[in-house]
Amino acid sequence: MNYIALKMLFGDRAKYLMLLCGLTFAVMLIVQQGSIFWGLMIWSQSSISNINVPIWVTDPGIAQVDEVKPIAGTAVDRVRSVPGVEWAVPLFKGLLRARLSNGEYHQITLAGLESSSLIGRPAEVLEGRFEDILQPDAVALDQWAVERMGGPDIIKVGTIFELNDKLARVVAIAKTQKSFTNIPVVYTTYERAIHYMPAERRTLSYVLAKAKDGVPVEEVTRRIHEQTGLGAFTADEFGWKTIGWVLKNTGIGINFGTTILLGFIVGMAISGQTFYLFTVENLRQFGALKAMGASTFTLARMILLQAFTVGLTGYGVGIGLATVFGYLTARGGGLPFVETWQLLLLVLVGLLAICTFSALISIVKLARLEPAIVFR
Amino acid sequence: MNDHTEPAAVRARGIVKSFGTGDTKVTVLNGIDLDIYLGEMLLLVGESGGGKTTLLSAIAGILDIDEGDIDVLGVPLSELPAGKRTTFRGQTMGFVYQQFNLLPTLTAVENVAVPLLIQKIGRTEALRRARVMLDRVGLGDRAEFLPKNLSGGQQQRVAIARALVNEPRLLICDEPTAALDGPNGQKIMEILREVGRSPSRSVIVVTHDSRIFHFGDRMAHLTDGRIVSIEPITREGTA
Ligand SMILES: Nc1ncnc2c1ncn2[C@@H]1O[C@H](COP(=O)(O)OP(=O)(O)O)[C@@H](O)[C@H]1O
Ligand SMILES: [Mg+2]
Repeated sequence: MNYIALKMLFGDRAKYLMLLCGLTFAVMLIVQQGSIFWGLMIWSQSSISNINVPIWVTDPGIAQVDEVKPIAGTAVDRVRSVPGVEWAVPLFKGLLRARLSNGEYHQITLAGLESSSLIGRPAEVLEGRFEDILQPDAVALDQWAVERMGGPDIIKVGTIFELNDKLARVVAIAKTQKSFTNIPVVYTTYERAIHYMPAERRTLSYVLAKAKDGVPVEEVTRRIHEQTGLGAFTADEFGWKTIGWVLKNTGIGINFGTTILLGFIVGMAISGQTFYLFTVENLRQFGALKAMGASTFTLARMILLQAFTVGLTGYGVGIGLATVFGYLTARGGGLPFVETWQLLLLVLVGLLAICTFSALISIVKLARLEPAIVFR
Repeated sequence: MNDHTEPAAVRARGIVKSFGTGDTKVTVLNGIDLDIYLGEMLLLVGESGGGKTTLLSAIAGILDIDEGDIDVLGVPLSELPAGKRTTFRGQTMGFVYQQFNLLPTLTAVENVAVPLLIQKIGRTEALRRARVMLDRVGLGDRAEFLPKNLSGGQQQRVAIARALVNEPRLLICDEPTAALDGPNGQKIMEILREVGRSPSRSVIVVTHDSRIFHFGDRMAHLTDGRIVSIEPITREGTA
């Protein structure tokens, strides 16, 4: 009967294509929007992933990573004295304006790393040597700084610009994950970062730390919080906190949520209705099958097979199209597009729900069908 | 042929069936008694709207009756649970309708194979047997045609092949020639008589087409919800 079910499905080419298009469209829309959404969420925590340390300590009232709240300079020593902490180093973060030799101003984020360890440095360096930021007036940039501040002709290793009227010389260009705000990052040592800032803003922003081997990181963050009164978060916690803040304080969640929901509803409506029509138009045929001894159970299996066949085909095509779209748009880093298996799994579950729903309305119709209608 | 001693293939007693309730209640069958025997072709005639289709549906076990008993091949239908009745119908009965009711996206041979596939017979075997059956109704050369590429008469022949492929003991035909012109109707009746009729099978044909009356062995008249007469048919050209 599977054979008959599939022939019934593929034989009605127009309906089949209509169903397939509806489902493909829904899958594509959801995967595409979901991936961009997730890409944006990943961007929102770039400041965390680019620094790449296990524990973040700062003001307990902090809402998200790109917010900078000053804390007392003694915090580093207080964190170091918490049992289970292997190391703790200061991180300075602040906004400044860079003035290029061509007279242009650009807003930048200044990141000051502890000079002996350079903890928090980007993992990958594209040009120059990152360690050279230990030299006088030396800074490193991320590649987005190059892009935002005028391109590789203007910004390269050796370029000199001003930060708050003080000289800064580019010694390295590092590769980092693009961030939500897309403000270029200028890396230097903690001491020099403080020196670049106006006097009233020369305060510690974060303490970065790591737990000793064998001590759970959650346990250490809890201890830091209890002993110092500061907010201590694992990188994951801080990431989720940031995502939560973005969702609550920007329209991103609602916007993407609405589109995704619409995709789901439209997909469900189109496929549900087309499938129902398909069944109703074949009602006499199904009645004939019933008269010939096919049970409602058999017919239900046929309908489910039809629904899942077209559904899984639409799933494959939809994901394929969304992936191609993502590849084309995300190639230059212009659009965040992160397709995760979790999203694909979620879409699969949603799609199977749509198909089951579509099949169910038809099955209910067939279960109530009197085989006697074939005589009419 | 009048005194049947063997048990009837279909034995209906006191069948009553009404539709609707209250003021709109119509009693369509009002005490039907009818025996149909193996080896015969019984014509059921009567005016349109008289309840012929209703009676067929009841015999097929696809319509519940209000009163009375129907035994098919000695099995009381009312005692079969719904699921068993469906299986029983699939194994013992074949149907030919006025509207041929072929699956439009299946080829002729696939349509004929459907009852076998429902009985869970393998596809290769089912298609093989379907092909043999199509040959017997003279459509061996049209096996791979879709219904829409066949004439009405040819479609009805496919439907007959489908109804017979299971070797049913009971072949139920509801106005099989009504959608066809005269010559095609004759052809269909010839096939029903030559291929469908067999000593181990009852064929029941509902019709009000007098041009095909002579194909039957007996004719039953349904009027006012009752079988008012059953008589043997004298075939022209036979003594
Ligand atoms: N499912 C039904 N619901 C209501 N009335 C019905 C139904 N089936 C048949 N009838 C009525 O029963 C009567 C007999 O119908 P039918 O058995 O189709 O007659 P025939 O086949 O002899 O033309 C008609 O008046 C028809 O309207
Ligand atoms: Mg009728």
